Amino acid sequence: MNQLKNYNLPDSKGHFGKYGGKFVPETLITPLNELEEYYKKLKTDIAFLSELEKLNTEYSGRPTPLTLASNLTEHYKGGKIYLKREDLCHTGAHKINNAIGQILVAKRMGKKRIIAETGAGQHGVAVATVCAKFNLQCSIFMGEEDTKRQEPNVLRMKMLGAEVIEVTSGTKTLKDAANEAIRDWVGNIENTHYIIGSVVGPHPYPMMVRDFQSIIGKETKEQINKMEGRNPDKIIACVGGGSNAIGIFYPFIEDDVELIGVEAAGKGLEFKENCATLTLGKDGIFHGMRSYLLQNEFGQVEEVYSISAGLDYPGIGPEHSYLKDEKIVSYFSVTDEEALEAAKMLSKTEGIIPALESAHAIAYLKYIMPATKRDEIIIINLSGRGDKDMETYKNLFE
Amino acid sequence: MSMIKNQIQAINDKGDKALSVFLTSGFPNKINFTELALNVFNAGADILEIGIPFSDPIADGAVIQKSSQLALKNGINISATFEYVKEIRKSSAKPILLMGYANPVLAYGIERFAEDSYNSGVNGLIIPDVPVDEQKVFCKNYFNKLDIISLIAPTTPVNRIKMIDEESSGFVYCVSVNGITGKNSDKEINESYLRTIKNTITKNKTLIGFGISSPEDAKKVLPYCDGIIVGSAIIKSLLKEKSPYRETLNLVRELKDSLINCN
Repeated sequence: MNQLKNYNLPDSKGHFGKYGGKFVPETLITPLNELEEYYKKLKTDIAFLSELEKLNTEYSGRPTPLTLASNLTEHYKGGKIYLKREDLCHTGAHKINNAIGQILVAKRMGKKRIIAETGAGQHGVAVATVCAKFNLQCSIFMGEEDTKRQEPNVLRMKMLGAEVIEVTSGTKTLKDAANEAIRDWVGNIENTHYIIGSVVGPHPYPMMVRDFQSIIGKETKEQINKMEGRNPDKIIACVGGGSNAIGIFYPFIEDDVELIGVEAAGKGLEFKENCATLTLGKDGIFHGMRSYLLQNEFGQVEEVYSISAGLDYPGIGPEHSYLKDEKIVSYFSVTDEEALEAAKMLSKTEGIIPALESAHAIAYLKYIMPATKRDEIIIINLSGRGDKDMETYKNLFE
Repeated sequence: MSMIKNQIQAINDKGDKALSVFLTSGFPNKINFTELALNVFNAGADILEIGIPFSDPIADGAVIQKSSQLALKNGINISATFEYVKEIRKSSAKPILLMGYANPVLAYGIERFAEDSYNSGVNGLIIPDVPVDEQKVFCKNYFNKLDIISLIAPTTPVNRIKMIDEESSGFVYCVSVNGITGKNSDKEINESYLRTIKNTITKNKTLIGFGISSPEDAKKVLPYCDGIIVGSAIIKSLLKEKSPYRETLNLVRELKDSLINCN
């Protein structure tokens, strides 16, 4: 694992090494430049930052706790395992951190309408929530397949007053929902802000979403130093687009901490049905960014698969591609089956039902814990809770 | 000097405007695509724009998305497209452009793509998701034998239009309204934008596209540009009929007729 001092990416053009950038139709370039200018100013604007902090504290319920998973620690008889409890955020996942940040930006830009893409529905719910709170019109694009497997979240979005647009183009999942959101945005650029849900898309999104999600890592650092008097040895997070992972990694990026991202291997890496982008993908250009991408030999983006709708995405944030190439973060993958086992185990040992996405991070413990010493500290980002996944979990006990 | 620009200039010198027609590679039928392309030229198209199909065409509306998916289902890729261009070249010397999204080009190899394009007889390239800012890294060094057609949109500020004009060769592709390809709303084309096109772009020719589907649409923009680009309307017509595509070729004829003697 490499370490960097003075990590300061992206550059002024939005590049993380060769990754990132703005690979979008010309119509979007000027709006993206405007967004970037706005965001740059707001980043140091005291009124903006204090409104953000107030909402994070009083509306979202931050800081989220750092919980010692004592039973899980006993189970492995290795290092101490802590859980960063993003599952306890308002709406049930870390997605709200970004939604709150971006709605405050959109408000200040005078936008009247918000659009977003969603896979598992967690980001859609977070965006519908902040739109309700700030009284902005809200349209959420969701693949037809996902509206079926994540029905409770569809109902939540509707209850919050959002319009849920079922996407029937392409593979009818997250990637096509994002395509449709981009197409809508191009046509409604004057009054609409697109709240991208992960550290993906054209610059400035990967940077802006990372910044809003970094609160996870900032709190974690403060908490673990208070509880243990030092930084952890390892941090583990699941990676789909990569926002919860960047959120917890980023404040530790210059520290001597082993950072581990866990992708979804679906039915297994040897099969087509997976979405382990960094493990099996190659350099590509997709959804406005240059990054690793799961694609066929002709550069076509094919259907990917994971039991978890939130990881079911053929691309990945450009910063992760850079962090992988530079060996600053290590990336591995676990299968559906391993994630399900982990979800069951965490529920029974700690009384916490994790989201299927987060269960991928938990599942990776079995590979690293046997080699850890009792005095090591391992933190897992528990990015969301599992209520939305009960339909899938049902098979584990029925 | 750019061959495409010369051709458009020659058309303008006659008092006419240029017609660029978009076809999706290998669509609707991969067997007789070359024949269709030549018939489109014969019906009056001055420039042919061949779209390389992509799984995720974010700049395209439903019509071109559909043709793209059907072409992919037919096994059409970049190599197949080069074969079509070589075949068309045997019977026509008119300008041919390839329009393709960045990822298939990257997967094919950018340098190899540039070379094979040139050797097949392609005159220019449009890569809609590689704006001028990214072109420097993505392609500039490789594509010096080909025209790189860049786009402008109603959102593009005047000084950026100037920069794009400077960086482009052949013509500047002027997107008529903010949005994706095809007619997706009743948005009127902004007149001050049209005037900006006319007054700001001086180095290159100007062609206006997106939502131009009929001679009536063309009439509105002709005073401000050197020609038009028609895509979705052609594809929509092709989706409705079989070879020999009479209605589609009629549409091409009507469109070209509306461009005669209007300088």
